[in-house]
Amino acid sequence: MSFSRTSDIKFGGIFKIVFIYFLLCLFLFPFALIIVNSFKTTQKFIENPLALPSTLNFDNYLAAFKNMDYMQAFSNSLLITVISVAMIVIASSMTAYLFVRFNWRVNKVLFFLMLASMTLPFQVIMIPLVMIYGNLDLLNMKITLLFMYLGFGIPFGVFTCHGFIKGIPYELEESAYIEGSTSIKTFFYIILPLLKPVLVTLIVLDVLWIWNDYLLPSLVLLSPGHRTLPLSTFVFFSSYSVDYAPLMAGLIMTIIPILILYLFLQKHIIKGITEGALK
Amino acid sequence: MIKRNSFKKIGTFMVFGAPATVMFFAVIIIPFLVGLVLTLTNWDVRTQDSTYVGLSNYISVFNDKVFLTQLWFTMKYVFFTVLIANACAFIIALILTSGLKGEKWIRTGFFTPNLIGGIVLGYLWATLFSQVFPYLGKKYGWALFETSWLTSTDTGFWALVIATAWQLTGYLMIIYIAGFAGVPKDIIEAASIDGTGYFKMIQKIIIPLAVPAIVVCVFISISRAFLTYDINLALTKGGPFNSTELASYHIVQKAFLSNQYGIGQAEAIVLFAVVAFFALTQSYLLKRQEVEA
Repeated sequence: MSFSRTSDIKFGGIFKIVFIYFLLCLFLFPFALIIVNSFKTTQKFIENPLALPSTLNFDNYLAAFKNMDYMQAFSNSLLITVISVAMIVIASSMTAYLFVRFNWRVNKVLFFLMLASMTLPFQVIMIPLVMIYGNLDLLNMKITLLFMYLGFGIPFGVFTCHGFIKGIPYELEESAYIEGSTSIKTFFYIILPLLKPVLVTLIVLDVLWIWNDYLLPSLVLLSPGHRTLPLSTFVFFSSYSVDYAPLMAGLIMTIIPILILYLFLQKHIIKGITEGALK
Repeated sequence: MIKRNSFKKIGTFMVFGAPATVMFFAVIIIPFLVGLVLTLTNWDVRTQDSTYVGLSNYISVFNDKVFLTQLWFTMKYVFFTVLIANACAFIIALILTSGLKGEKWIRTGFFTPNLIGGIVLGYLWATLFSQVFPYLGKKYGWALFETSWLTSTDTGFWALVIATAWQLTGYLMIIYIAGFAGVPKDIIEAASIDGTGYFKMIQKIIIPLAVPAIVVCVFISISRAFLTYDINLALTKGGPFNSTELASYHIVQKAFLSNQYGIGQAEAIVLFAVVAFFALTQSYLLKRQEVEA
């Protein structure tokens, strides 16, 4: 929506523009600061954090790369995010299809349980979760984390797809069934392609959640080789004196992958947040 | 025939619903129920001992001065975070829906803090509060910034509020922008032809019509702020002397460092009740202000 141009000027258009840009600079100041200082030595940073670096020095990045075990952490994060999101998308769209098209009592009860569970914060689940899976000796395995993300992602995924599938006319499937298609085939060839817009929303929200998640992996993945990116930044603060310059380089390297994704998928991300929140 | 049919039913359910249902129960429903039982026992992780203790865990939660202080600290933190983030997001969304050039890019800029997780965000602000602001304070003689904000309880509190609100603002802005899109243009135009002033228009027209968006935003910000963990861990680590521990942080410490699973779980359930109470009460109170366009 936009107010008319004339009212724009009437309500102090220039003041508004100056104000919003000032606010934006204030908002982005922290980013600018760590970018600038990631090219300086820690000593130079402490002497004057506002000075520009004299040369483009990538030493901090190399140090952070090594200390964080960046390649390992990055591939852990990538693997966990991609596989969990793929599982969530497939499992929840299939379940939502089942709930919409097969009007059985068990389906209704399950759907209600899933909706209700969306109000539960992770904090209410985490202690028994660690207790149960610790007792079963299943902690400290990536596969456990993958299935946990699947479980936690299911309710929102089913809920999101449910509303969308309800809007798809049954005639499409009916003709497929008449021609002898199985329900699996019908789902994958007819329903799944139609779900694309809602799945993009779901993927975006789940990727942001899982890529940045800290608490769950910190409880499940204990050995250093399993660390995801958010866990690996811990390395800079575990010693008594913090070495700021490599830390800042490390933070930037953690942010960059998701920033690149954002620049490409901006439209979908904004749409996903809006839809996810308004539901 | 009937039997075959029910076999088919089970088959369909197994193929479409079983993986999701099994994981949903394994990860959410069963742990939740075990958690309820857990609060009634004094389970010990090392000895695996577990005896029924009735409601004594809950009683000790309400007698635990430290937890109550932290819960109060958390409520103050939530109050200011929600207030500041919503006010900023509302104003920014208002400006960004008024037809400025490059709105889309400005929007992107404000949203950027949401791309990073709480841990990275916390470290980023820890660097600012402990190094950059004190430098500025000393250089320009601003007494407020001369010492690191992370070394005292009061300033640590505001550091937490600022860092959280910084992230939340861009997120809420997106929802407010979507909400303002629902305000009919003709009403705005009619009002501006009638010569209604800008602030009067916001107060009398935009705010009442944006109530649904405000309800959603306050709901989201209350539930997110109450459960803050990452930022707390990375920014203040609960210090100095545990004085800036938020409820969530306290629960993690209680369970996984002090091994008091039963009490920790009871605290988690109390926290959940508190969040639900505030989130639902605000929805109820604000929704009554709703008007039809």
